Amino acid sequence: MVPLSWYLALSAVLFTIGAAGVIIKRNAIAMFMCIELMLNATNITFVAFSSFFRDVTGQLFVFIVMTVAAAEAAVGLGIIIAIFRNRLSLDVDDASVLKY
Amino acid sequence: MDLSNPYIQAALQFLAIFITFNVVLMIVAYTVLAERRILGFIQGRLGPNRVGPGGVLQPFADLLKFIFKEEIVPDKSTRFVYFLAPLIAVTAAMMTLIVYPFGPRVTLPYFGQVELVIARFDIALLYVLAVTSIGVYGIALAGWASNSKYSLMGGLRSSAQMISYELSLGLSLVGVILMSGTLDLYEIVEQQSGWYGFKWNIFPQFIGFVVYLTSAIAETNRVPFDLPEAETELVAGFHTEYSALKFALFFMAEYINMFTVSVLATTLFLGGWNVPGLALLFSPGSIPFAVFSVIGFFVKVFFFLFLYIWLRGTLPRFRFDQLMSFGWKFLLPVALLNVVLTATLVWLGVL
Amino acid sequence: MTILIFLLLAALTVGCAIAMVAQRNPLYSAIALIGVFLGMAGIYVTLAAPFIAAIQVIVYAGAIMVLVVFVIMLLNVEEEVRRPIRLRYLIPLGVFLAALLFAETAFIIYFIETSAYNPPPATQSNVGLTASVGTGLFTKYLLPFEITSLLILMAIVGAITLARRVPALEVGGRRMQAATTESEKPSAAD
Repeated sequence: MVPLSWYLALSAVLFTIGAAGVIIKRNAIAMFMCIELMLNATNITFVAFSSFFRDVTGQLFVFIVMTVAAAEAAVGLGIIIAIFRNRLSLDVDDASVLKY
Repeated sequence: MDLSNPYIQAALQFLAIFITFNVVLMIVAYTVLAERRILGFIQGRLGPNRVGPGGVLQPFADLLKFIFKEEIVPDKSTRFVYFLAPLIAVTAAMMTLIVYPFGPRVTLPYFGQVELVIARFDIALLYVLAVTSIGVYGIALAGWASNSKYSLMGGLRSSAQMISYELSLGLSLVGVILMSGTLDLYEIVEQQSGWYGFKWNIFPQFIGFVVYLTSAIAETNRVPFDLPEAETELVAGFHTEYSALKFALFFMAEYINMFTVSVLATTLFLGGWNVPGLALLFSPGSIPFAVFSVIGFFVKVFFFLFLYIWLRGTLPRFRFDQLMSFGWKFLLPVALLNVVLTATLVWLGVL
Repeated sequence: MTILIFLLLAALTVGCAIAMVAQRNPLYSAIALIGVFLGMAGIYVTLAAPFIAAIQVIVYAGAIMVLVVFVIMLLNVEEEVRRPIRLRYLIPLGVFLAALLFAETAFIIYFIETSAYNPPPATQSNVGLTASVGTGLFTKYLLPFEITSLLILMAIVGAITLARRVPALEVGGRRMQAATTESEKPSAAD
């Protein structure tokens, strides 16, 4: 049996990598993917606790997080395409003015 | 030999998986041959009949040809992704094969009671959907990595088409899931064994069956939905730049997907291994019962494979905007309607 | 055995995550992220949550990442250019703060390891199976579930609004063909 703390450590490592990615990356799609990674890292924690405490609530929360992520993907990619259409660039530093 | 030993059980499972893969590959090879012969028949010509008696050794000749052809890798291609794409396609196609129940529970002389399914678990149907959804990447990445206009167009088309029709496909299965109340394929088949083995889901779920069949043809990129490789417009679509064995892998993946989809249709809608009236002749659990059930299962699967080939010889291709509006404006609403209808009937206790 | 599988999956997940951040080509990042999601699905299986594992693959790898790959291919995104680091003098501070965070995390994990809680004996439970998840979702947590459906409706409307071409964008006096508005995919077939 794998101890609970290993799962938590894995989750923490993934979350940190994702957070670092959001800070390092300048490409809008890459930043979006890093945010997805952070959401997933928290999901590991939920499922780990749910499975160790024999309580299904954590897994239901993961289900809802996934729904939010799907909605976020639809709207986020729509925004990214809209930005690209206006500025012909995906670099977030190029999208620094409100009016173009 | 102690059968309850976990290592021996694991070895038996590996053996079963190995046998399944080989059997399926043989079926796939002969589906290709059957397709060429039947298409020839439909179009009033002969088809391949030179290798072996009546052409039965043609698949092996094809395989040898694929092996000895020169591998051409486009200069400007993205190497890693270019090699990865066919592997993804074939792996995703083969991974689903282990969950299908192909026969009833049978009492064998040495092994005791055996269920004729390799892996039986709670979420088998979801597993199938999950693994097939990975297969999209094989095609999309192949189109991107080849660095060619036609391939890219094929890849874009296929990913748009496959995620569009995946919705209708999933929703058409919801009706069956609602009726049977489980995702375990083995149990779904067993529930259809009433009425002397004729209580098939196709009767209450006819709308779902038609929607499933249509979107399954679209998912496997077959005629009339073969836009990703429309040879009159896109040379060969996503696999334009692939040659020799890598092309053979894509080809194999397509035919394994065809087989998978046919097996799923048989399992969910046509009662799987249930042969009507068989339980009157043999007692369930005996070996002849199992043998005839397995034969019945494969007859149903081959019927679907024949249907695919028949459609290919009959129908013209859709235009891309027609394909999209058909999927989103017709198939999806019908599938949703079927879900609502089934849910109401199940709630009222009719089904 | 479970520990070995966990370590393999964790190595896959973390390796793919690092590759995702390190790659400058967005499509390579996307492929690495798909690897992360598949590894995570495996980890959920080791946690006896097969339903969540399947949903993870279907939703993340099968839907969201296909959209991302689709957008990357459609926009033909090129590699990021390496640019000079502007805040160079902050690097030592960053290293110091990272070390502090790492120490903190290590302390917390050590604390959890030695805390008094003992999980119940590892018997077969039906917590991760489809039936229990469904029962929870449609009884006790029905309201959140319905709210998510509202959220998805909002996302569909939002995506369509964003992806539709505004009439102002006219090319050569001729209005360009409107993008497919019936899908939630941003500009699926234009």
